[in-house]
Amino acid sequence: MALPKYTEPHYRIWHYFYLFVCGCVFFFLIAPLFVIFPLSFNAEEFLVFTDGMKRLDPDAFSTRWYKDMVYGTKNPWGLAAKNSFIIAIFATIGSIILGTLAALGLSSRHMPYKGLIMATLISPMIVPLIISGVAIFFFMAKVGLAATHLGIILAHIILGTPFVVITVTATLSGFDHSITRAASSLGSNPFNTFMKITLPLILPGVISGGLFAFVTSFDEVVVVLFLAGLDNTTIPVQMWTGLREQLSPTILAVATCLIVLSILILVTAELLRRRSERLRGINR
Amino acid sequence: MSSEQKILSTDGIPLEESLKQAEKKNKIKAFLLVTPLLLFLIITYIIPIADMFSRSIDDKMVTNMLPKTYKAMEQWDGKELPPEEVFKAFYLDYKILVENKTAGKLQTQLNYEKNGFKSVLKKLARKQKKFEEGNYKEQIMKVHKRWGNVDYWRAIKRRAPAYTYSKYLKGVDMYSNEDGKIVQVAEDRRIHRILWSRTLEVAFFVTLFCFLMAYPIAHLLATLPMKYSNLLMICVLLPFWTSLLVRTASWMILLQQQGLVNDFFVWIGLVTDDNRPEMMYNKTGTYVAMTQILLPFMVLPLYSVMKTISPSLMRAGKSLGATPGVAFFKIYFPLTIPGIGAGCLLVFILAIGYYITPALVGGASGTLISNQIAYHMKSTLDWSFASAMGLMLLTGVLVIYWIYNKLVGVDNIKLG
Repeated sequence: MALPKYTEPHYRIWHYFYLFVCGCVFFFLIAPLFVIFPLSFNAEEFLVFTDGMKRLDPDAFSTRWYKDMVYGTKNPWGLAAKNSFIIAIFATIGSIILGTLAALGLSSRHMPYKGLIMATLISPMIVPLIISGVAIFFFMAKVGLAATHLGIILAHIILGTPFVVITVTATLSGFDHSITRAASSLGSNPFNTFMKITLPLILPGVISGGLFAFVTSFDEVVVVLFLAGLDNTTIPVQMWTGLREQLSPTILAVATCLIVLSILILVTAELLRRRSERLRGINR
Repeated sequence: MSSEQKILSTDGIPLEESLKQAEKKNKIKAFLLVTPLLLFLIITYIIPIADMFSRSIDDKMVTNMLPKTYKAMEQWDGKELPPEEVFKAFYLDYKILVENKTAGKLQTQLNYEKNGFKSVLKKLARKQKKFEEGNYKEQIMKVHKRWGNVDYWRAIKRRAPAYTYSKYLKGVDMYSNEDGKIVQVAEDRRIHRILWSRTLEVAFFVTLFCFLMAYPIAHLLATLPMKYSNLLMICVLLPFWTSLLVRTASWMILLQQQGLVNDFFVWIGLVTDDNRPEMMYNKTGTYVAMTQILLPFMVLPLYSVMKTISPSLMRAGKSLGATPGVAFFKIYFPLTIPGIGAGCLLVFILAIGYYITPALVGGASGTLISNQIAYHMKSTLDWSFASAMGLMLLTGVLVIYWIYNKLVGVDNIKLG
């Protein structure tokens, strides 16, 4: 954003001040994430930059916390990671199926009570998590699903569907319905039309909604804290316990892995968004 | 063809009617697609939340534990000591409870109503084994002289109704006293009101800080050429996709006394090395961490609104003689108000129910109402009180949600 030559000096100063403020905010947003990387390779047990690290002494760095994360004795992370992935994958599948169906219905112009139903379907995103946690815990305890994988998966489907509904509805808003009518007029049954025409076109929206649902489940801790027993702890629950008791470098190793995972998800989501905009013919 | 004659479709049905039928069919089709999710949410989510309400006003526990007593008390006006049959009924009820080893629950519940009731009841549990038949009034009063105090009997009677709103009163530090009047608790015990006001205060300031920080960068993102703004957008989206606990952990490292932020303050000479301020386990920690965590939720709606504002509007304003400042406040700022509303309400709603971050970096002076709900769910096991507080919080959030829906519309929420 270069300034034109005729800019007056005080406006020029103001502009640089504005850029400086923006720089500070971006730094505030992103810098905390990068503190974790170097500290997770700390050779010492402290969570501060040792003098050796400041001198970039190779001896001050080690991968011992990563080894501890994978091979450590009485290590909770293996089980937690397995649980987290199982729960997140099934919760994502459930959210995608229920959410996509609902979005298809909602974007039909014949849908009655659209506003009310949309508000209900989005509500798990708006209601504070602690209240959702309490309510879902009471329900799961009543039907005997507390401290089971199924109970947590169902809870995460509740929390994940709003994201799928929102992204798929947004994708469908630019959807040309004459294409499906053309398919029907050529003799395709509704199921085939959906699988061959509609789904491929809305797939980017479905997948990015699925990514949101996956991340929501993978990162969710409040509801799991209420529901989980000893056998179904997840990574966030282990981190929560660890952070409350003692901040150990092993947690930072786990955190680094999670940041890498979120970078991967971000890249996927970004590519999908661009593909979706290309498919829908939105030129930017 | 006369104008009244109806247009018929090929199968002889009036077109209007067959169109109506088709529309109806489509309506049902659309509704059927929504039904699975709607039913799922109603059963597993909406009804349980409604169930929290019945739990929060439920007070059947004491009512069910003393059935004979309450039957006998129906005739008693509560002015003088109750008659012999109430004493007898209470003795019989209490005997069953002691035999079933459930007397402890009653003791705790009645102790809420009248301090010191627990010890009186415990003594009765020990002594009543030696009771003889008849004249229970005298025998009970002999165990402890407080049984002769009518206040204790009134305390029992107050728990007679199966429903109560006392948990809601407790949530705002009030209670109904012995005469049934609603009064405030002693000043030094008004903890909940502090929590409510602190929650509102934190949510308000976090929203304000987020707005002040997000506005410039959203503007920059919206006006920069695509290739630069895409790169900078990653700075917003990466924290958005990163685990909440990871971000909280990094703030715990940064804000600790030997942490980088304090190192920096010492380095620039703001504080001396032996006088490092405590920035974690208090409100400062909560503010800083929550602002950074919620900032993307403010940037994204602002950005999506700002991107639609054509730069030629500002140029037109300037060419008509407005200074950059006037052009900004008269043209640009009013156009961004929908984005500001969306972002602020979203951040405020999220902040008001925050739990994890305040619990980890907030310490005692930085915890919010959510932490209190969790505390009652997990530690005191006073689930009806937790439900009552949760519903009070929910009501507040729903009011904001309703405003949000009126102003922005929930179907306009954009993600990334």
